[in-house]
Amino acid sequence: MQARRWLQRGLALAASVPLIAACEFSGPQSALDPAGPVAQAQKDLFLWTFWLSLPVMIGVFGALIYALWRFRAKDAKGAAEVPHQTHGNLRLELAWTIIPVILVVLVAVPTVRTIFATEQRVTPGPDDVVVHATGYQWWFKFEYTGLGFTTANELIIPVGQRVVMSLDSADVLHSFWVPNLAGKRDMIPNQDNQIWFVADRPGTYFGQCAELCLGAHAYMRFRVIAMERPDYDGWVAAFQGAADARPAAVDPLVERGKALAAQKGCVGCHVIEGFHPTVRVGNPDFPDLTNFGLRTTVGAAIADNTPENLAAWLRDPQSMKPGNTMPTLWTAADPNREDEIEAIAAYLLSLGRDPATTAQAIVGGAHGGQ
Amino acid sequence: MAVSKVTIPAPTSGVFTRPTSETGILSWLTTVDHKRLGLLYIFTSFLFMGAASVEAFLIRLQLAAPGNTLLSPDVYNQMFTMHGVTMVFLAIMPLGIGFANYFVPLQIGARDLAFPRLNAFGYWVYAAGGLFLYTSFFLGSPPDVGWVAYAPLTSLSNNPGNGTDFYMIGLLVGGIGTLVTAMNLIVTIVSMRAPGMTMMRVPVFTWMMLVTSFLIIFAFPPLTIALFQVIMDRTFGTLFYVPAAGGMPILWQHLFWIFGHPEVYIIVLPAFGVISEVIPAFSRKPLFGYPVVILSGIFIGFMGFAVWSHHMFTTGLGPVVNTAFALTSFVIGIPTGIKVFNWLGTIWGGRVRFTTSMLYAIAFLITFVMGGITGIMLAVPPFDAQSHDTYFVVAHFHYVMGGGALLAFFAGLYYWFPKMSGRLMDERIGKAAFWFLVPGLHLIFFPQHIAGLMGMPRRTQTYVAGIGLELPNLLSTAGTFVMLVGLVLLLVNILHGIARGKPAGDDPWDARTLEWSTSSPPPHHDFDRQPVVNDRDAHWVQKYPESVHGERVPASASEPYDRAGIHLPGQSIYPFFMAMSLLVFSYGLLFHNFWVVGLSVALIFFFTYAWALEGVGGHHLQAGGGHGPSDGEEARA
Repeated sequence: MQARRWLQRGLALAASVPLIAACEFSGPQSALDPAGPVAQAQKDLFLWTFWLSLPVMIGVFGALIYALWRFRAKDAKGAAEVPHQTHGNLRLELAWTIIPVILVVLVAVPTVRTIFATEQRVTPGPDDVVVHATGYQWWFKFEYTGLGFTTANELIIPVGQRVVMSLDSADVLHSFWVPNLAGKRDMIPNQDNQIWFVADRPGTYFGQCAELCLGAHAYMRFRVIAMERPDYDGWVAAFQGAADARPAAVDPLVERGKALAAQKGCVGCHVIEGFHPTVRVGNPDFPDLTNFGLRTTVGAAIADNTPENLAAWLRDPQSMKPGNTMPTLWTAADPNREDEIEAIAAYLLSLGRDPATTAQAIVGGAHGGQ
Repeated sequence: MAVSKVTIPAPTSGVFTRPTSETGILSWLTTVDHKRLGLLYIFTSFLFMGAASVEAFLIRLQLAAPGNTLLSPDVYNQMFTMHGVTMVFLAIMPLGIGFANYFVPLQIGARDLAFPRLNAFGYWVYAAGGLFLYTSFFLGSPPDVGWVAYAPLTSLSNNPGNGTDFYMIGLLVGGIGTLVTAMNLIVTIVSMRAPGMTMMRVPVFTWMMLVTSFLIIFAFPPLTIALFQVIMDRTFGTLFYVPAAGGMPILWQHLFWIFGHPEVYIIVLPAFGVISEVIPAFSRKPLFGYPVVILSGIFIGFMGFAVWSHHMFTTGLGPVVNTAFALTSFVIGIPTGIKVFNWLGTIWGGRVRFTTSMLYAIAFLITFVMGGITGIMLAVPPFDAQSHDTYFVVAHFHYVMGGGALLAFFAGLYYWFPKMSGRLMDERIGKAAFWFLVPGLHLIFFPQHIAGLMGMPRRTQTYVAGIGLELPNLLSTAGTFVMLVGLVLLLVNILHGIARGKPAGDDPWDARTLEWSTSSPPPHHDFDRQPVVNDRDAHWVQKYPESVHGERVPASASEPYDRAGIHLPGQSIYPFFMAMSLLVFSYGLLFHNFWVVGLSVALIFFFTYAWALEGVGGHHLQAGGGHGPSDGEEARA
């Protein structure tokens, strides 16, 4: 009876090991929580080497501890003994040369297979989502080359379709990394790098620059939001209509915010498609704010895109993301500061939003996974 | 046989007389004695290790919780850059070289290194390079681009401060010292071995230093070229690494890692050597599979040049290149595994004494095996794509560099301290320190594997809350406090040992190699009689001939030096002056003051001639009854 209880406990414990491995390490930025085949293959290889090395470790450490215990000098007399002075053993040497060779082969075969399965350069087909990504200090630009629009710090993709990205950098090295979807690939000036991946399930996946780029490097984050195809199509449509001049806003606050966006110089840097019926505003080397209302984060995935966070960002960008290049547009003494911030925030949040819906409703379906 | 000291007058051919002070500051500035220089290396590397520990401590405090604001991003970048540069170039590598300085001549029965003044020069250049790097805290800004300093982050437009110049010039100049020391060691080991010491009788530590020295000679030139290119870019406006002008930043990574990976073995092979001395001594058995261990070391050193791109798996080199470098990296796992098995085989059948030194050797084995296994994982390019530049890599290389190399050197410190000081370190304090230091080390670095897998990139001064990074980081920071206690106790033990340690005697561990056959500390001339070697483990065979030879009586272990006796070279101030001229050169280049550069070049020329033209100096030591007056100073018989 007692023995059976212990057996049950032992089995429960043994069963919990893979459970721990599967559950405890999940998360929106975890390499052990794959949401697509590329990350899955990478995790599988990790687990393969892990389980392969575990018996090796146990064997070596076990032998070490056993040898230390068995051959310990038990007292001063033992410590003065001269044991047999063995110099070596050819058969043993051969054996422990062959063991690592076998282990290495066991690792190498699936490794090479996975390299060619996940790292081959691909030519995008008609079903692929093609994106040109550029790293800047300290944000990511995503150009949907086939669709003709650009976003910043947020990559919206359809579930189940291959995303093929060409990677570039505008200044120093950066690295594009979304652990749930695929391992990183560096963004290098003058070098045409490519990465591709597929998201198997809808969700929000965290990405982060993984190559030191100084300044606000730690805050150089982005999100990949995988949506079901219809949601994605809706999101694309919102962009494709964005270039058309928008009808005059009905909300006077939004109207004032738009005027301030010009007056305070926002559109001197930031592109907002449809800002002006004939003149294209902004500079493509700064984060594109077209349809900013659809964005889920502010400041390169530093904070959720709420009116409060957006206002905080506009008030003092340095406190939210130290080192970034966004100017502080108001002095603390400026009596109009809060009014103007509220107006600009209202304007920015209105971009891309159908008055009948809200940004959260549009991307809301994508949050189901997390 | 008494040895008396006979001073011969400096030859008149010398233009300058050589200093002769035996005590005081001047004696240390002018010393050419490999033992004194070894001690200087070890002392200096501990100083720099202290600085690097402070930096590491600040890094961990900053990362204790997400959103911490103890360090600004800029200061944080400086801290991890200086920590890495210091540990690699100013602490661990010189610690190995310091042990080599002290013990290679003793292990091969030589009187000194082949070029004593060059040896002094090597040390002073290292010290000057380290000093130069650390003055960056006062004369501008410390480097902040990581110890790998990837282009184009280092270009003038991306990094206008002088921190990068401190890095580039400091490493360039410091590398000169490392290079000459490596050449010196090679010449010494190849040509100054005691009679009878064939290459296959050379102690393993010395063997590994020979391999290491060759690695230094082949690895530093690519680094020098890369450093030179960046210095040219930043000082004279060349365009090697300026992308806007068509520069290819990836070139820096290739050149850096063609140096950088062998550098890993430059650090770790001496550590393997130390372990291969400590484990046999405390198991009272010869190293199991000596030729295999040596060959494995050579093979590792050779393959070290064929794996550099495994640091660049994510740079888009393509599947074929990644496959090739993955396979070569796996291959390195084989000789490393063989070494571990041979150390196990050495323990097997021995009489193991658990001294502090042996405890560190055991901790090395365990930690290094774990670091080796994560190393194999990282050599898998698809997994590396996830773990590269994350805390998984940070954990891995601290397991092999900190847990591996450093623990091995601590084993070496406890092992050789009695020889260097003539006194024993306290075993009780030593073991207490060990039980803080090693568990602390694992508490710091083990959770970092998990942080990395959970998506924490390295070189970031903060991390996002709520994605599972808080606990591993908190544990890691807690570990620094535990390890700190261990380090402080270690320091206390060193000071205690120097001041009040019990007399060690010549051979406190009943050890195996030649350095234990002379007194502790060894006399200035190392050996009173010329050791003659008939076997591997020469000293052991003298003590226990029957354990190796059965009934056969071995040949004599020493003979008197020949009629000329031992020439102890004169001291010289010029190595120090040369190094200081290089320091002046460095500051001139850094501040773009070409008058100062010109002046330093003139000084270097002058001191080169002074070096060449100072007389032979020094004195001869001869067996009693030799010609010349004896000053009566009796050395050990």
